[in-house]
Amino acid sequence: MQISTDAKLYADLAAVLGDRARSGDFELGLYGKDGSVLQGQPAIVCLPLNTDEVRQIVAICRQHERPFLARGSGTGLAGGAVPVGNPVIVATAKMNKVLEVDLDNRIAWVEPGVLNLDLSKELSPLGFHFAPDPSSQQVCSIGGNVANNSGGPHCLAYGVTSAHVMAIEVVLPDGNVAMFGDLSPEPPGYDLRGLFVGSEGTMGIATKVAVRLTPNPPAVRTLLLDFADVRDGAAAVSAIIAAGLIPAALEMMDKRAIEIVEAFVNAGYPTEADAVLLVELDGLPGGVEHGVEVVRSVATRHEVGNIRVAADNAERELLWKGRKNAFGAVARIKPDYYLHDTVVPRGKLVEVLEKVYNIADAYDLIAVNVFHAGDGNLHPILAYDSNEPGVLERVHAAGRAIVTASIEAGGVLSGEHGIGLEKRDYMGMLFSAHDMATQDLIREAFDPQGFANPLKVLPSGSRCSDSFHQHVPEGAWV
Amino acid sequence: MGVTLEDQIPSEVYDFASEIGRRGPVTVVGGRTHWEVGGLPDPQAREVFAPSGVWSHEPEEMTVRCGAGTSLKELSDQLAKHGQMVPLDMAENATVGGVLSVGRSGIRRLRYGHVRDLVLQIRHVDHEGKVVTSGGPTVKNVSGYDLCRLLVGSLGRFGCIAEVILRCLPIPETTRWLSGSADPFDIYSKLYRPSTILWDGDQVWVCLEGVVSDVDAESALLGLDEVAGPPTLPAGRRISLEPKSLKGLVVNDTHWIAEIGVGIVHTDTADVGWQVAEPTRSIMLDLENRLDPSGRLNPGRQVVEA
Repeated sequence: MQISTDAKLYADLAAVLGDRARSGDFELGLYGKDGSVLQGQPAIVCLPLNTDEVRQIVAICRQHERPFLARGSGTGLAGGAVPVGNPVIVATAKMNKVLEVDLDNRIAWVEPGVLNLDLSKELSPLGFHFAPDPSSQQVCSIGGNVANNSGGPHCLAYGVTSAHVMAIEVVLPDGNVAMFGDLSPEPPGYDLRGLFVGSEGTMGIATKVAVRLTPNPPAVRTLLLDFADVRDGAAAVSAIIAAGLIPAALEMMDKRAIEIVEAFVNAGYPTEADAVLLVELDGLPGGVEHGVEVVRSVATRHEVGNIRVAADNAERELLWKGRKNAFGAVARIKPDYYLHDTVVPRGKLVEVLEKVYNIADAYDLIAVNVFHAGDGNLHPILAYDSNEPGVLERVHAAGRAIVTASIEAGGVLSGEHGIGLEKRDYMGMLFSAHDMATQDLIREAFDPQGFANPLKVLPSGSRCSDSFHQHVPEGAWV
Repeated sequence: MGVTLEDQIPSEVYDFASEIGRRGPVTVVGGRTHWEVGGLPDPQAREVFAPSGVWSHEPEEMTVRCGAGTSLKELSDQLAKHGQMVPLDMAENATVGGVLSVGRSGIRRLRYGHVRDLVLQIRHVDHEGKVVTSGGPTVKNVSGYDLCRLLVGSLGRFGCIAEVILRCLPIPETTRWLSGSADPFDIYSKLYRPSTILWDGDQVWVCLEGVVSDVDAESALLGLDEVAGPPTLPAGRRISLEPKSLKGLVVNDTHWIAEIGVGIVHTDTADVGWQVAEPTRSIMLDLENRLDPSGRLNPGRQVVEA
């Protein structure tokens, strides 16, 4: 029964897309996953070229009463792009053109499949860049950044994706095309643009995005500070901010992270240290030098060991290479890892880090910490071997304990990865039933029947209208 | 967990919710500095006042939690004790909730961005008199839908803002205003991150902020004279344009001052309406209907022309 329905659906989609509608086992398997450990089952994968094709795909899905799921590069870590309800995947990989660079307005119009780093590389000769810089920036797409309101190390000073998006063309779940926001500073009406950013594909599909261009800073200094005690490093983080400095980035790595990263990239990280801080200051030269002095004096008061200042761009890139490859380097100790994402007040970093180590010990897992300390955004990595029987259950239980510890410390569920499937059933830790019902009421204004990326973000039953409730993917601990 | 979610909500917020209650039209009164924006409230509506007070300021977190009825003066006095600020840049007697509900940015937007990007968490009272929390207390957060951004600029049509947590910034070492006759676009291209560039078609006013050596160096590029502060802005109409359309701007028969790089033009003619295109407009009207079916919250105010 399912097969004949899918055959008609496929025929209708292929009539629009030709061989860019795919239903081979390889593709369906590939698009059943994202960067999380969850897996689902898509019906058909579509690779549209433009807004009109996206609009037609959505219209066909509506005729067949089939949900759809927009997907960028599939690097998301919260299961936001894992198919639930046997949806049609709308992959934006072929919508990858920078349509217009408008320097007079300091914006660029891009298609959603443009890769984050490709955009900044293209802008670089013009003296500009796109500020959000997730660790996955070599492969993640602007559309995915919009869906997740992505961050990155430099969001400490520059803000997350929402602050860098002026306007979004959206194919709505009913197949109509809308524009949210415009290039003016105060567009009329409510800020649907701001609501759409971070809505994880549940309010429609972004087909064009106007992103703000940020001028490249005239001066940049990158420092590596090492500490013999992680507590001193964490205290230095709070003290740097309290001293009135907002570095462009303020990253922390713990002892285990230093060891595995150094073995991987040979950046000269001090393997004897208990923790390092990677601090970047940018802006006009006077402010940058002032910042370097503030960091030096604060760090000295907090028992810093060595302070290494990158002498040139090559050294700066080497220091960053270590940070940005930390997750890949974890493969040196265990074949699999689960990357968490919570935020706590900066002043609670030490307390929550200690809890993370204790939780990992209790579940017999290895915890590695590499994170955006400046904004309190923890990224504990739980390293494991999926061949060990029962290990995933322990990983999930430890993850839940880490989220609980973060919330108890006055933190939140996610700083930049989103809720997706991974954390939707944790939403009740942070929000009341009435808070969540209000959020769902708002989502329904865009998608009353729940066709767009169903069952993500909010726990099922938030408003008793989940038509795809029965299709929960394998491996999801919902 | 030791405390329930409800326990974290201050009693002042619940008192405000009780005041709003479940029935009858209400209009929230702030500092009345932008009282006319979106149209005057229905005269039948009962006036209510959001709680005020800076409830916690944690300098090392660079966050502040306050009642929505707190005046900008009270907020900035409190933050200045620790060398911090929230650049809302409106009249001193304006309230935090009022500034956010109106959703207009101040004249340092070029450097500090839109006021909505300073908001971390909002607690509002909805049409049933219930408290709704959105966002979160930390400087970074993507937990759930971003209702905070929807509430900013909504003129209270979706709910009455009761309590907010805002992101603070360090007060810059120096703030310097310069003025003279110059091409504002040429000036914009020479500066890294100016706080403000104003232009009235002839005269330019520039605000530079940062450490003294940087402000000195950038000032030297411009050949303008130091002045005490910005000019008085025309208080009539506020026009929002693409930044590049300010080049060659002609506004007939009126005094105007434009914010270069931002796209706001202040003029002394009266404010007029604007249109939202379909299907966006329908979604906005649907949201109004869903979040306040009886239209009891701030009736008379219009964000979208019905």
